[in-house]
Amino acid sequence: MIEISGLSKSFGAKQVLRGVDLSVARGESLVVIGGSGTGKSVLLKCILGLIRPDAGKILLNGAPAEATREAFLAQFGMLFQGGALFDSLPIWQNVAFRLLRGSLKRPRAEARAVALEKLARVGLGPETADLFPAELSGGMQKRAALARAIATDPKVIFFDEPTTGLDPIMAGVINDLIRGIVTEMGASAITITHDMISVRAIADRVLLLHEGRVQWQGAISEMDVTSNAYVQQFIHGRPEGPIAALR
Amino acid sequence: MIGAALAAIGRPALDILGALGALAIFAGRAVSHLLRPPFFAREFAHQMLQIGWLSLPVVGLTALFTGAALALQIYDGSSRFSAETVVPTITAIGMVRELGPVLGGLMVAARVASSIAAEIGTMKVTEQIDALVTLSTDPMKYLTVPRILAATLSLPLLVAVGDVIGIMGGWMIGTGRLGFNSASYLKNTWDYLEFWDVGSGLVKGAAFGFIVALMGCYYGMTSGRGAQGVGRATKSAVVAASIGILAANYLLTEVFFAA
Ligand SMILES: Nc1ncnc2c1ncn2[C@@H]1O[C@H](COP(=O)(O)OP(=O)(O)O)[C@@H](O)[C@H]1O
Repeated sequence: MIEISGLSKSFGAKQVLRGVDLSVARGESLVVIGGSGTGKSVLLKCILGLIRPDAGKILLNGAPAEATREAFLAQFGMLFQGGALFDSLPIWQNVAFRLLRGSLKRPRAEARAVALEKLARVGLGPETADLFPAELSGGMQKRAALARAIATDPKVIFFDEPTTGLDPIMAGVINDLIRGIVTEMGASAITITHDMISVRAIADRVLLLHEGRVQWQGAISEMDVTSNAYVQQFIHGRPEGPIAALR
Repeated sequence: MIGAALAAIGRPALDILGALGALAIFAGRAVSHLLRPPFFAREFAHQMLQIGWLSLPVVGLTALFTGAALALQIYDGSSRFSAETVVPTITAIGMVRELGPVLGGLMVAARVASSIAAEIGTMKVTEQIDALVTLSTDPMKYLTVPRILAATLSLPLLVAVGDVIGIMGGWMIGTGRLGFNSASYLKNTWDYLEFWDVGSGLVKGAAFGFIVALMGCYYGMTSGRGAQGVGRATKSAVVAASIGILAANYLLTEVFFAA
């Protein structure tokens, strides 16, 4: 589904990614962990074409990304860290964004019905549909953004720090929703997080990124038993270890 | 020593040229998207309302006061040659050819370039622009094109309304304070005003509208991170739009003068 090899990216003198290889199979949920500023978001943005990598190959559905990106994005959804809902549009139009314009355009009433259904899936009632994003709490905005990401039943979904900034209960709700949605839609997913509860809730496979390199990857069941020092330090949150605390 | 001095001149010069080049590429991309579907009609209508309709009060008031002051100044100057009869004509010509479009354009720059840059810059900083891309929507088409089109089309209309209001401002002073007969003031205005006087002002308006929206979009799209980045983008957009309007005004006036 997604195959990446030798991906590198620098900003000025700062090397962020130094040759990252990874792959995500159809229907698999990969979670990328690592400290802040290790280039996790940059990795996702390279896949999406929002940042142009310096070197490396990205294959989407077996073809080079530049050639297939449009088709890829047509079956794609993403939950951004801050939600990234459009302030100027009411919630339902945010959720139904793709259904109101472009190639997937449908009659307004139908688009609204889909939006309400997706909002219900993430636990938001019809009374939120006509509110604007600024009128919702942080957790509700995250849910609405999740509804937007799944509005057209994508085959691939990215989640960028889905639980950051949420209270533990809301974080649990979002984790459950993500797991449920990924499973029931059979979608492939890449999630970025440094929340170990999310990792355990969402991941089939885990990949640890540090200083622009993949330091470890393996199935979720292997994560607790591996002797890899990076993983051990990360899951136990120890200040001492190969990952320097000074950042 | 000399090398350092040259570097001190060269580096900012390169920066400025680089920025101009990036702006030119952005403008070229924006224009190329104007003609290719999909078109976002709803966005365009919304921007016509925001940029055109809601700028009317500002442009109208600017024109009213400018026309009034212009009539007073021209009366003062022309009375030195006992040529007060030119007041209506010169006021009108000054208004429609120069002050209407330029001052209207500058007011719109302050109002619109800033709000476009702040809005798009905030969208950039909060990843809303990235979100558009993931929703298969080209930000250039969805955000930039409707704004540039709306500003380019609505500014001439604003200038036209400003022309009428500015002339009325002159007329109010002329008849109320300077002792002109109302009918002959208007007749003088109408008889000596040529089509191209008004037409050239409207062409200027279109050019200024394009510049205002282009600067707002460009600085918004290239906004730095955080609130500070958006603040800087907003400031740069207004400064660049204002300077751009004044420079374009001179160039266009030269062209019209030569024609
Ligand atoms: N557009 C950009 N321009 C310059 N530097 C960037 C840009 N995007 C990210 N960076 C830098 O790359 C590094 C990695 O960022 P990021 O991928 O956001 O980290 P994280 O792993 O927390 O998601 C950070 O130090 C950040 O400053």
